[in-house]
Amino acid sequence: MLKNYFKIAIAVLRRRKFFTFISLFGISFTLTILLVLTAFIDKVVGDNYPDRKRDRSLYIARLEEVGKGNMSSGAPSYYFLDHFARNLKTPAKMAICSGFNGTNTYINNKKIAVNYKYTDAVYWDIMEYDFVEGKAFDKKQVENAEKVAVISEDMKNEYFGDVPSVIGKYIEADNVKYRVTGVVKNIPITSYMTYSDIYLPYTVSKSDYKDKGYRGGYTAILLANSKDDLPKMHDEYDQMVQRIPMESKDFNKIYSHADKYIAAYVDTGNENQSGVVLVLTIISVFVFLFMLLPTLNLVNINITRIMERSSEIGVRKAFGASSKTLVYQFIVENIILTLLGGLAGLFLSIVAIYIINSANLIPNLELSVNFTVLFIGLLVCLFFGLLSGVYPAWRMSKLDVVTALKAQ
Amino acid sequence: MIRLQNIEKVYRTSTVETLALSSINLDIAKGEFLSIMGPSGCGKSTLLNIMGLLDAPSKGDIKIDNQKTDHLSDKQLAAFRNKKLGFIFQSYHLINDLQVLDNVELPLLYRDSTAKERKMLATEALEKVGLANRVKHFPNQLSGGQKQRVAIARAIVGRPEIILADEPTGNLDSAMGSEILDILLQLNQKDGTTIVMVTHDENMAHKTHRLVRLFDGSQVQ
Repeated sequence: MLKNYFKIAIAVLRRRKFFTFISLFGISFTLTILLVLTAFIDKVVGDNYPDRKRDRSLYIARLEEVGKGNMSSGAPSYYFLDHFARNLKTPAKMAICSGFNGTNTYINNKKIAVNYKYTDAVYWDIMEYDFVEGKAFDKKQVENAEKVAVISEDMKNEYFGDVPSVIGKYIEADNVKYRVTGVVKNIPITSYMTYSDIYLPYTVSKSDYKDKGYRGGYTAILLANSKDDLPKMHDEYDQMVQRIPMESKDFNKIYSHADKYIAAYVDTGNENQSGVVLVLTIISVFVFLFMLLPTLNLVNINITRIMERSSEIGVRKAFGASSKTLVYQFIVENIILTLLGGLAGLFLSIVAIYIINSANLIPNLELSVNFTVLFIGLLVCLFFGLLSGVYPAWRMSKLDVVTALKAQ
Repeated sequence: MIRLQNIEKVYRTSTVETLALSSINLDIAKGEFLSIMGPSGCGKSTLLNIMGLLDAPSKGDIKIDNQKTDHLSDKQLAAFRNKKLGFIFQSYHLINDLQVLDNVELPLLYRDSTAKERKMLATEALEKVGLANRVKHFPNQLSGGQKQRVAIARAIVGRPEIILADEPTGNLDSAMGSEILDILLQLNQKDGTTIVMVTHDENMAHKTHRLVRLFDGSQVQ
């Protein structure tokens, strides 16, 4: 029976080449976009280099101060994190680092754009960067505000060229020379909490990290002893925030949370709620609308396609096919069509991902179609197949035999 | 084999009511070959469709093989047709996307049978109509007469007790038409299949056991 359905599905597809092209194009194009998008999200959210202890870490990345008619929102300051978050009891370790900032440097009169980031020494304990050579700066070097730096592999190649070692050499950024202590493997910019070209001790920062304002450009990474401690650590920080004195009379409430990586990634800094729900809702609505158009298109094409076959429907019914059997047949045919579209989509995705990777649109972000993405892709195909096949099949199966036979 | 009692068929729209069949009473015996004749629009095909359970009468009872059919569900009707009835249409109604063998196998798809059995029975049916050498052809590679023979093979492959033929020679020239009638006569004589045929051709009708004439939806002979 299935073989017969398959034969007729292929025959119908071959007979109406234009409809087949439109259907397959709709499915494969949509699927390609979804697969590339999921590959991107999968990479951005799932890639945990160098943040390998992410499952037992929380991040304090946002702070919001609210007053009557006043609101200040953004990353907390070094002072705030050091002065308050440092007192938390649950974390085994706490690292403080800044976000990355851009500047320019020159080598042989050639301008190079450089991103730099300040960290403390604990940062290098918590993060597991792969060192190509050398090592991170230590606690003493940070305390002494030594002008030392860890640089990325790309930075090394761009600044120093193809040389075997750069440890001990000097790199200039913002008119200051720093001695290189280590070179780490590259990170894509999408891992924004850990990405940089140059990592410097926070003590060499030109801006006053001792400034007592609560808002600044820093993030704290809290490492718990185990995953089980995360809720406790989260609550402890929340309670502590309640007790923090107001920075000025302009504000009467402070909101800040220690969130997991993804929540911190999409945190809107908005009141008590993290941005996860908002982001998931936006993504879901986008995906739904994105899929709705080709699905409606397919429903429409399928109705036309199926109605053209009313004589066949009449004959099948006359010779013993029940309405249910016919619905089943047309859904199977549709699933075959969507799976073919799925295969084409998968092929296109691989090509698209290859092109994105080759073009190096986002440096060091190597996208790949993995099994999760493939699985999602197959589910999407089946969803398409069912959604666009059920209604036309049901409508067609209700067709009266005599009317169906007269249609030819 | 087929008993029609007081069959009436009315087509209704919001403004018009058309009486297609009225007070039809007919008993067709097992193994009988019956012709139905009458001018266009007199209700011949409607009557055949009602006998074939493809259409429901507005009034009256149908019994096939002593079984009442008015209470059967869609699924039961489908199974009943599959087992008891075979259809031959004027315009063949072959599925152009399928090869001759697949077209003939079609009724067997809706009953318990293996692919091997289906192939065997379909080949047998095609041999009976003299088309065993055309199994791999597609319908559009065949002449009108060959198409109708494929349609006959499809109608007999499931070994139904009744064949309903709606102007089976209507689209064919007289030579081809005679060939098709000969096949039907053979089926009736050799296998004892009950056949009801709608036709416009007096000569053909006279070769069958009995002739029923319709006029304006009523039985006149």
